[in-house]
Amino acid sequence: MSGQEVVFALLGVVAVGAGIMVVTTRQLVHAALWLVVTFGALAGGYLVLTAEFVAWVQVLIYVGAVVVLLLFGIMLTRAPIGESADLDSGNRWVAAGVALATAAVLVTVMAMGFRDDRMPLKAGGGSADELGASVFRTWVLPFEVLSVLLLASLVGAIVLSRTDIGGGADIGGGTDIGGRADEEGGA
Amino acid sequence: MHLAYPTVVAALLFSVGVYGVLARRNAILVLMSVELMLNAVNLNLVAFDIRFADRLHGGQVLTLFTIVIAAAEVGLGLAIVLLVYRNRRMVDVDRMDALAEERDAPSVPAAEAPAAEAPHEEAAR
Repeated sequence: MSGQEVVFALLGVVAVGAGIMVVTTRQLVHAALWLVVTFGALAGGYLVLTAEFVAWVQVLIYVGAVVVLLLFGIMLTRAPIGESADLDSGNRWVAAGVALATAAVLVTVMAMGFRDDRMPLKAGGGSADELGASVFRTWVLPFEVLSVLLLASLVGAIVLSRTDIGGGADIGGGTDIGGRADEEGGA
Repeated sequence: MHLAYPTVVAALLFSVGVYGVLARRNAILVLMSVELMLNAVNLNLVAFDIRFADRLHGGQVLTLFTIVIAAAEVGLGLAIVLLVYRNRRMVDVDRMDALAEERDAPSVPAAEAPAAEAPHEEAAR
């Protein structure tokens, strides 16, 4: 085991352990905070794999934006602070069986398929320089299409969360939540 | 570095996400589990990009695109969850059965379902 493998294995243990905490914890806010640990460990894994730019984008977008958005969602749905007993549905044992079967199949296939496959780790392969040139030279059309998709989803989120434009029948008491949902949609 | 390390970590992370999607009841927790699965896919993309030393960096660029799509997905998903909360005062995915088929006998829902759900349905509508 080389040093890189040791570091990556430790980061992988942290990521999977925090992921298990995300899906088993009884407190909603703690699940979001464990998600931060998972994403951070994965960003460290990307750094070990010499994908620096992807690692920093992971930190910026996932830890910075997605988790904050999820925390906003937890707050806006008035989730209880502290433990809540009914976060798991009744089919959790079936779900555990399915997940264990998935893990067994995938890990077996991966371990058998790539048992003695090594990859070269050369520093600088995933720098912002290289990736920027690649995005704006080869992949520029998907990049533009993706920006249109992002704009469409932004407009859709605003339309869904505003109450005064079309959004369908609203029940009484929706105004206070609607006001805050507007802020969320704008963010 | 062995290719088995990132792929095995990604496989485990993906199955943790599968468990979360199937077992969780709160819609926001389901969204978090979907994020876990997307991250497992990202790890695989980066690992195979490095493995094949792709000159065009297709794997890493696709990872960036997946991250953007995940951000758009969680934004829209949270907007939908907030809309559901605004209309029904709850975000439990296993109680959103307005489009479900009727259970077999009408006596069974009359016996147990209204006790649990009818007050809530009244409050929601």
